[in-house]
Amino acid sequence: MAEALRAVVVGASLAGLRGAEALRREGHRGPITLVGDEPHRPYDRPPLSKRVLSGEARPEAIDLPGQAGLDLTWRLGAAAVGLDLPARAVALATGERLPFDRLLIATGTRARPWPNPAEAALSGVFTLRNRDDAAALRAALAAKPARVLIIGAGFIGCEAAAACRSIGLSVTLVDPTPTPLASVLGTRIGRVVAEMLRREGVDYRPETRVEALEGDAAGRVRAARLAGGGRLDAPVVVVALGALRNTEWLAGSGVAADAGGVACDGLCRVLDRAGRPVDGVAAAGDVARFPHPLFPDGPVAFEHWGHAVEQAQHAARTLVGPPEDHGAYAAMPAFWSSQFDLNIKSVGLTNGADAVAVTQGSLAERRFVAVYGRAGRTVAAVSFDSARWLPAYAARIAAGDAFPPILGATDQGRVAPMDPGFPQRPARG
Amino acid sequence: MPDPTLFAAVKDPAHRPDPYPLYARLRESPVALQDDGTYVVTTHAALRALVFDPRLSSEDLPDATHPPTGNPFKDWIVNPIKDRIRSRHRPLIFRDPPDHDVLRRHVMREFTAVRVNAMHARVDALVADLLDRKREARQIDLVDDFSYPLPVTVICEMLGVPPEDEARFHGWATQLATALEPDAREDKENRDKNIATFDEIAAYMQDLIKEKRRHPVDDILSGLATGHDPQAGRMGDYDLIATAILLLIAGHETTVNLITNGMLTLLRFPEHLERLRADPEMAPRLIEELLRYEPPVHFRTRKALASIRMDDTTIPEGAPVVLLFASGNRDPARFREPDRFDPDREDIQHFGFGGSLHFCVGAPLARLEAEAALVALARRLKNPRLIDNPPPYRPGASLRGPQHLRLAIEGIA
Amino acid sequence: MRVVVDLNRCQAYAQCCYAAPSSFALHGPEVLIYDPAPPPERRREIERAVQACPVRAIRFEAEPDAPGQPGEARHG
Repeated sequence: MAEALRAVVVGASLAGLRGAEALRREGHRGPITLVGDEPHRPYDRPPLSKRVLSGEARPEAIDLPGQAGLDLTWRLGAAAVGLDLPARAVALATGERLPFDRLLIATGTRARPWPNPAEAALSGVFTLRNRDDAAALRAALAAKPARVLIIGAGFIGCEAAAACRSIGLSVTLVDPTPTPLASVLGTRIGRVVAEMLRREGVDYRPETRVEALEGDAAGRVRAARLAGGGRLDAPVVVVALGALRNTEWLAGSGVAADAGGVACDGLCRVLDRAGRPVDGVAAAGDVARFPHPLFPDGPVAFEHWGHAVEQAQHAARTLVGPPEDHGAYAAMPAFWSSQFDLNIKSVGLTNGADAVAVTQGSLAERRFVAVYGRAGRTVAAVSFDSARWLPAYAARIAAGDAFPPILGATDQGRVAPMDPGFPQRPARG
Repeated sequence: MPDPTLFAAVKDPAHRPDPYPLYARLRESPVALQDDGTYVVTTHAALRALVFDPRLSSEDLPDATHPPTGNPFKDWIVNPIKDRIRSRHRPLIFRDPPDHDVLRRHVMREFTAVRVNAMHARVDALVADLLDRKREARQIDLVDDFSYPLPVTVICEMLGVPPEDEARFHGWATQLATALEPDAREDKENRDKNIATFDEIAAYMQDLIKEKRRHPVDDILSGLATGHDPQAGRMGDYDLIATAILLLIAGHETTVNLITNGMLTLLRFPEHLERLRADPEMAPRLIEELLRYEPPVHFRTRKALASIRMDDTTIPEGAPVVLLFASGNRDPARFREPDRFDPDREDIQHFGFGGSLHFCVGAPLARLEAEAALVALARRLKNPRLIDNPPPYRPGASLRGPQHLRLAIEGIA
Repeated sequence: MRVVVDLNRCQAYAQCCYAAPSSFALHGPEVLIYDPAPPPERRREIERAVQACPVRAIRFEAEPDAPGQPGEARHG
């Protein structure tokens, strides 16, 4: 019998764990080494911006189930720093080299830091991506600061604002766009979120840019200076500017990887710089950029919980079995966000949408389904406290239905397509 | 295409004991058109798609109209007003959003986990008492002696309906439950009976509700009668009456079937009866499998608000649709060996409580009652055997369950 | 114990809130709040919640492995 094949999974979060689990399920019998740069076992991230911040869940209590019985070898607190493809080995920051026959890359993302490193280093300035980030921010919030300034009104910023309000803290939320979640939902639907934030007591300031953070002599943040004048006292600042993909460790390895992610094919096989699949190397989760049959504009990468699970399973099947045995990864993108008592869910992808229409419920009641169209096709649907309808819309998106779909639904008013109001992206120089 | 008369056969009482072979034939088409223009949804996948489709309406009951009485004042003034009110204040199982959601919110505000779980000890005591009464018996009718009185007593106590009135509403409940049977509700004579029954039970409920408003106590009717929804305000009287009637009927008609079907199934698969006796902790799994294998509600009807394409079939706007949940539960494309009762099955995703907006409000209570009942029956009935296999069935094809279930026993422990 | 709910799947049927009320609750119409690390004595009710979930969104593990240490090498 041949020597058991060795698997290495780089990234010990949701995609890495579910990938390791799927490797076992698919019949991988040899050793599996799970490498993580954090010192912690795989844990669940969504609670970090919600109940961990509010103190309702302890940061150390969010380990993911599904770890027992997998017979894993752990390398925790040991970042991968290089990939040696000819030698088929992963180099760790500890100096160790891990040889592999099968490699799953699931290094995910990290928080985009405040652009000025000196200001980012002030004490009281936080980002929110990892368990330790959340624990540190939670400790700062527990000290009842006079105000929390959150920079960035994306999902993490909005959820953090909700968590802070739920424990009675004063919150200022600033963002350069006209509404919260503008880049994902557009400003038309984003306005509904803005109204909710204000009703819940968040000092929400759209079209506001923080120019600089000011510290005191002790290196503590004290205030934020706003573009166009104005200053906000801010003893605690949460920087919620999105995420950066962890691909630097692959530089020079021959793998096609850059700030946009690790390039893969539809089977999750990692590509080399010539665009050829690298034998026995796959990627999954936030870090993977891949062609999705629903999205014609080119490869995409999703930072979604369900995607991490499903793509990791797909990648594991590719690594273990003959990859031709299963089709290209085509799971419908889906995410949720909860803020205050509101549940937002989405299927599909709003990228490039040119129209939005409310097909069920009403914006005024904050309970509705909004559908997004692009060039006459249905591409996404978003529900506010109406999650049970989403599967029907997911099916219409998958079928490529004309926009707007599902006419004649119960609880449907006049379906009037509107401009979704996506902010123009500044050209990147 | 499967035979377009199969659903008519499903409704024929002759097939009540075992409709599953008919379902298997219907499943040859995920959406099977019948010769009366009804579209029957048969496979697990098609049910999953259509249960969540907002173009299917639950507002499919024919309008209520009182039969003429010869009294012009009644025929021209009173009854048309009553009919109009009734048509506009259907119980929530026959309502769509947004009205459905408001009514459901009112109900859920009262039907809380605290209130349901508080019934645990009471249900155990009722179960024990019903069995104690038959301690020396050598034969019982599980329906009359046990499966019927248990949920009736429970729902009466939770709602705050005097259990001594059971004799009155037993007949009402049986009559009104025909609203779920497609043939019965299209039948003129049955509809007239239904209307007369509704008038009687509505008058009864109205009095009860007045009493609850005067002297509210800790029960669901008092809560509904006096409570307040932050968005919708207070529940209107007509909605309140319709809701109270629905909870009373749905609270026992279905659970009777769950318990009776449960014991029938366990006697047909005695190894699981033995296992349950030895290991009551398996009850939750066993009950989920039971909800798949012999669900208390086999189908619900809907109406298509728009034309809906499903696989190769297009359901036209206005067409009646039957969601044949019990067929999806036996779909071999979803469940391996679907006709085998197997509580160890992984991933039992059944339609035993329906799904989506109309998912059974009383599911947690039904589970609690079924568990207490089946565990006690498994432990206490000495050597139970079926006297009639199959047993005689009640007429309903949707609310399907035995009329009686005679068991030979050697006493009750 | 460790519990995680696939909130993409969750449709707020609240069956878990009845089965294991000390571990699951709804905030508003459909925001599910749950205890990711319930104490072991709640095992039976968590199992009930898992069984009762109509969309099978709840996953739990009763006995975690020994916690991993930074850099630990543990071959099983």
